[in-house]
Amino acid sequence: MERNIDIHPKYQPEGHEGQGFFATSLDKAVGLARANSLWPLPFATSCCGIEFMATMASHYDLARFGSERLSFSPRQADLLMVMGTISKKMGPILRQVYEQMAEPKWVLCMGACASSGGIFDTYSVLQGIDRIIPVDVYIPGCPPRPEQVLDGILKIQELAKSESTRRRDTEEYKEMLASYGIE
Amino acid sequence: MSELLERLKEKVSSQFGEALIEGHMDYDFPVLVVAKPQIKDILAYLKAEGFTYLTTLCGIHFPDNVGAEFAMMYQLHSLERNERVRIKTFMSEKDIEMPTITDLWAAANWMEREAFDFYGFKFKGHPNLKRILNMDEMNYHPLRKEYPLEDASRHDKEDKYFGR
Repeated sequence: MERNIDIHPKYQPEGHEGQGFFATSLDKAVGLARANSLWPLPFATSCCGIEFMATMASHYDLARFGSERLSFSPRQADLLMVMGTISKKMGPILRQVYEQMAEPKWVLCMGACASSGGIFDTYSVLQGIDRIIPVDVYIPGCPPRPEQVLDGILKIQELAKSESTRRRDTEEYKEMLASYGIE
Repeated sequence: MSELLERLKEKVSSQFGEALIEGHMDYDFPVLVVAKPQIKDILAYLKAEGFTYLTTLCGIHFPDNVGAEFAMMYQLHSLERNERVRIKTFMSEKDIEMPTITDLWAAANWMEREAFDFYGFKFKGHPNLKRILNMDEMNYHPLRKEYPLEDASRHDKEDKYFGR
């Protein structure tokens, strides 16, 4: 079996190294700091939230990846984790939470319900949160296993490392937000 | 338990006469079917008779029952005697207005809002009759049995993911 290992215990951005110093670009240094101390806001509405609790607990221990500090205020969070069924009535609230988050911000969409409505093919359930807010990483599963959540967080970390520090100023990003009607 | 049914039938018919349409047992549960104009008086009377606890109330839709498609169901409990009774009243689709019972039981407030939300019952005198579970923009009453199971006009689902 081919093993795909995403964990880089000695990850180090490109740069110049000598005795007692290491020089790299500011973007990369900031990206490194951001990626390894993401503050997630758990927006847990159903069973995926229970699986997330397992991810936070000692067996899987999200603290190993620097994300153990949950932020229950959107204003201090870097990562919005949407876990569970979002009803249409909940939609505007989720959107408000997203709008309240400060840049830079990422969105992780966990499980079938949040990604597509899942089994709830019905009038009262939002058929995927990407209808109201942009999503960076989707985790498939119903519910996904904690390993998959860790994998999703690592994917977000890759984004945080590689994006420019002023992502919000790029035309592309502004266009993407405008397509959701978010200023 | 059917002696409870006989006792209730006797009491209600002696007070309200023709307003008691019929009474029967659903398994071990006494059910009284009453006329709509007297529903509130009958509920108030039963409350005074010891049925002080409103267990639940809900709307019902029987689309094939022409002329009496809609029904409201109230379930009462006497905590002193541990007796329960279910009261039903039927009405046609055109005449879907009901008196509120929020002044008898404050607990009826949200349950009547639910019946309004899902079936469209109008509760006259209700202090805050608006949708409770569905979003306010919804323009239909979703638990009415008049919609196809798969709504072809829906555009909130992307079919490409589901092989339809």
